[in-house]
Amino acid sequence: MSRELEFERPVLELERQIEELRRLAAGRDQLAATVADEGRLKKKKKADGTSMMQLESQILRLEEQALTLKGQIFSRLSRWQIVQVARHPQRPYTLDYLQSAFADFVELHGDRNFGDDPAIVCGLAKLKGESVMVIGHQKGRTTAENLRRNFGMPRPEGYRKALRAMRVAERFGLPIVTLIDTPGAYPGIGAEERGQAQAIAECLEGMAALKVPVVSVVIGEGGSGGALAIGVANRVLMLEFSIYSVISPEGCASILFKDASHAERAADALKLTAPDLTALGVVDQVIKEPLGGAHRDHPLAARRLQEALHTELSELVKMKPTELVDDRYRRFRALGAVTEGAVRELDPPEAQKGGSTKRRPASGKTKGART
Amino acid sequence: MSWFKRMASPKVKGDEKASVPTGVWKRCDGCGAVSVAELVKQALETCPQCGYHFRIGGRDRLRTFLDPDSIYEVGARLEPLDPLEFKDQKRYLDRVRAAQKSAEEPEAFILATGRLKGRPIVAGTFEFRFMGGSMGSVVGEKVTMAFELGLEQKAPVVLFSASGGARMQEGILSLMQMAKTSAAISRFRESGHPFVSVLTDPTTGGVAASFALLGDIIVAEPGALVGFAGPRVIEQTIRQTLPAGFQRSEFLLDHGVIDMIVGRRDLRDRIALLFDHLS
Repeated sequence: MSRELEFERPVLELERQIEELRRLAAGRDQLAATVADEGRLKKKKKADGTSMMQLESQILRLEEQALTLKGQIFSRLSRWQIVQVARHPQRPYTLDYLQSAFADFVELHGDRNFGDDPAIVCGLAKLKGESVMVIGHQKGRTTAENLRRNFGMPRPEGYRKALRAMRVAERFGLPIVTLIDTPGAYPGIGAEERGQAQAIAECLEGMAALKVPVVSVVIGEGGSGGALAIGVANRVLMLEFSIYSVISPEGCASILFKDASHAERAADALKLTAPDLTALGVVDQVIKEPLGGAHRDHPLAARRLQEALHTELSELVKMKPTELVDDRYRRFRALGAVTEGAVRELDPPEAQKGGSTKRRPASGKTKGART
Repeated sequence: MSWFKRMASPKVKGDEKASVPTGVWKRCDGCGAVSVAELVKQALETCPQCGYHFRIGGRDRLRTFLDPDSIYEVGARLEPLDPLEFKDQKRYLDRVRAAQKSAEEPEAFILATGRLKGRPIVAGTFEFRFMGGSMGSVVGEKVTMAFELGLEQKAPVVLFSASGGARMQEGILSLMQMAKTSAAISRFRESGHPFVSVLTDPTTGGVAASFALLGDIIVAEPGALVGFAGPRVIEQTIRQTLPAGFQRSEFLLDHGVIDMIVGRRDLRDRIALLFDHLS
């Protein structure tokens, strides 16, 4: 089940040509090998040799061309195109990374209250030989798998399982790694009945208080509260072509532009790419993806993820439990853009009376402010 | 209500609506009865006939909930910036200016210290008329300040929620307010003082999915719509019509999401009693 992105096509087209030439070359090699000892075709072989060399150089040239083209295309992706890459069905998911960037994975199941949500995967694994707790959203690749995993949209059980796993990690002093990749928490009847909002809220508060290092990586789609619920970390990283947003571009477009087809404009307005979010202080580090995106080279993407996680965790494990909590608090406490009061206002009431805005002369006091 | 009345009502409704002069009379959205607006106001914006709860402005909320002459506003000057330079059909800051004008408030949240039956508390409320009570950086900041103040002054915190959720125009920064406010609660828990969250109509999205549902005690006003996803989103997702009363306070009580439903006129007494037990 592969899906081609429109802007990838020129590269894919080149790569198909290269593939064909390679097959052609391989075919000739074989032919050459079988006829070589027969001697009588020596002359023909010589002739083939020259065309073989031409073929080789043509392949080389095309490969170079493909590389340049890929570089060009992927260095200039629009935000909307990045959204497409982030959602690519061949992009590595949590379980892929658990097989490649981690070792010795043991999955843990269930929220101990209601059920097990396959849209979130939790378990113990080793990162370069050290045990960690890994928690990540999990999408499916096939229709059947997607139905089971609910397209990576967790229900309350998923968040409760995640928080439970985090507390297990905390109890045993293990660092926590979360991998974020969800369109959002599931908006359904059952989810509401079982307290979706409360489950997410508990995760946010619970994560803030964890006494072990937490590193989160947005590996694909960071869809709103359903993503943030496992993203209250000491360090928040993002893969180069992943996205993180308060609302999907489609959702934003249908509300603010009154038309979901304006998703492209909404994606620009929302500033949801890794460089955007780094500039806003929401993301600490961007992990470079293989040329052409993580979906083009899973092993390389996994190596880079492993490397980045290892670097961050090596620093964080040096911190004391209380320092970790304070560090996380400071990190999120600082996020937001306000004016005229970014500094806390704890002036005594007397001082406040005079300190009101022009717009609201009586604002120092609530009483009778509406005159 | 008998079905006969129900059948007869639409015509009457249409005619009467047009003839009710604004300001003097107020028609109830619940039972349709027309009452003297002053009486509705005296009943804290509830219907004198059926008890239906109208939405109440933030300032009126604090004025009627806290002891008279005890209220001092905190962070009144906080206003949003626009680091995303967000523009849809309008520029974000233009929307903010328009909202400031129409809601007569600088932002969607009012924070104050005051007294409840003599006990010093920190109280905050949304102003739903300001961009649907959406939570951006200023709201997140003030909610966080509420818990920091509570911790510092060793006082209980009560917050009234009325919000459609995160403010899209502040993008990821509005999302981060969920983490910020929830982290602040986590610290406040050490104070030994309670946080009572009062859910009013409507409380959804990022506000529900953060501090509003983290109260030590969670109270809802009757008939308030509270949930993670709004009903329209759910209907579009599951392609079904939702049952009547879905996500309303009574539904939440049934499903164990909240502690109690308390009518607006009883909130002062009930919450004072809670603080009496807990603080």
